Amino acid sequence: MRKYAVTILNALAVFAGLLLLWQGLDTLLHLPPYILPPPLAVGRAVVARFSGLMASLAITAEEAAGGLAASIVVGMLIALIFAQSRWIRRMLYPYTILLQTVPIVAVAPLILMWVGPGTLSVTLVAFIICLAPIIANTTQGLISVEPNLIHLFLMHNASRLQILTRLRLPHAVPSLFVGIRIAAGISVIGAITGELFAGSSRVGEGGLGYSILYASAQLQTDYLFALVLAATVLGFAFFFVVMFLEWYFLHNWHESARTMTEE
Amino acid sequence: MTSEFQVPQVTLSSVGKTYGGNPPVLQQIDLTIAKGEFVSLIGPSGCGKSTLLKLISGLTNATSGSILVDGMTPVNARETISYIFQDATLLPWRTVTSNVGLGLELEHVSREIRKEKVQSLLELVGLTHVALAYPRQLSGGMKMRVSVARALATKPRLLLMDEPFGALDEMTRDRLNEELLRLKTEQNWTAVFVTHSVAEAVFLSTRVIVLAPSPGRIAQEIAINLPFPRTSATRESAQFEFLVTQVSRALRGVHAA
Repeated sequence: MRKYAVTILNALAVFAGLLLLWQGLDTLLHLPPYILPPPLAVGRAVVARFSGLMASLAITAEEAAGGLAASIVVGMLIALIFAQSRWIRRMLYPYTILLQTVPIVAVAPLILMWVGPGTLSVTLVAFIICLAPIIANTTQGLISVEPNLIHLFLMHNASRLQILTRLRLPHAVPSLFVGIRIAAGISVIGAITGELFAGSSRVGEGGLGYSILYASAQLQTDYLFALVLAATVLGFAFFFVVMFLEWYFLHNWHESARTMTEE
Repeated sequence: MTSEFQVPQVTLSSVGKTYGGNPPVLQQIDLTIAKGEFVSLIGPSGCGKSTLLKLISGLTNATSGSILVDGMTPVNARETISYIFQDATLLPWRTVTSNVGLGLELEHVSREIRKEKVQSLLELVGLTHVALAYPRQLSGGMKMRVSVARALATKPRLLLMDEPFGALDEMTRDRLNEELLRLKTEQNWTAVFVTHSVAEAVFLSTRVIVLAPSPGRIAQEIAINLPFPRTSATRESAQFEFLVTQVSRALRGVHAA
């Protein structure tokens, strides 16, 4: 507990130092607020436009979470298919790499064109960007079961289904969480990227990405900073939720979760 | 006891095993194991002793010859066989209780009966106090005990063990050996045991089979007629010493060849 407190205090001290440096730089160099607004101005923008900021945050959070949830469900199903045979993996695996390497900024306009502007297309962008890490990690978890454990199940005349539900799936959970952790971080990036293109179906209201475009066009740099801050907080929040779930499900038995309880 | 030894439980007739185009791993193995015997397989690495165990369990198929367990093919006889692996092979996400019950669960034994059987097995191997612990909380010796309990839960008639205590320190190993013999007296299964340790083989077995490598074949069979029950005092007896020397000499002969 004391270790945690020290870590948090350290982080806060660094943060306070950076804020002071930023404020000092602004005062010394007399930078115009549309180039670099002082932290106090950003704080004022957060307070003044709090409800709008929260509304944008909620929209982006919903899209990112939707895309992430969908990618977990679909990714696991695809991984289950991949785990069935090496032959299937050889045939289809290259396409998941394609999924990972294709630049999402290039695909987003296409999706917008096909699906139309709005929440659905943004969720879809987040979904696509999240899919590859879920598939790759879950597949790895499903197929990397120790041969002797399979032998053990075979010695008890276990069916293919029993081997899947009682051995492969639980064995894959830690790897699945590695995938979800990666995906959670990029789901927010995916949603914001999507919003930059797809924007909003209602003028003046939209997620963080949309509002960032809007604020930059209006030279409301202080609000722009507030939005970037909100996006960062959102990414962190996603990360911590996943970390908590991972700890909750794995702390009894898996090494990766042990550090949280024993350090 | 000797009359029981007449009933064959495992019969291998001119069994050979070859992987792909490689030289044979096992060649011309003829071996009959009678009900109630404790047979140890010992030999230098590469002599195919683990492969022999896999053949008897049906986890791999013989290239030539035939194998019968209880008069059936190994795969059909699996209900009567339990296998204990080199490492404990516990499922880390299950508690000790639920690990011990795994075999019963896979064989669709009802929850109530399972609970009862697991309970009595945990008592038998002295694990009641860690019934709800997870494997990572256990020492190597305790993990192996769980593995043994799991294997015995399905009431096997044949127990196949592939160097189960190889990774343990000598004291733990000796204690587990004594317990294994106690369990055998209570439950009277037949055992085939793979090991690298001459002392372990002599202490446990009624017969030690020395295998020679490339290709794996039976070099020598040595009957171990030490009296039962065997205890730590057995290890200090002159007869024990003599048999250990005999098996070691046989092993050296195999190495030199």
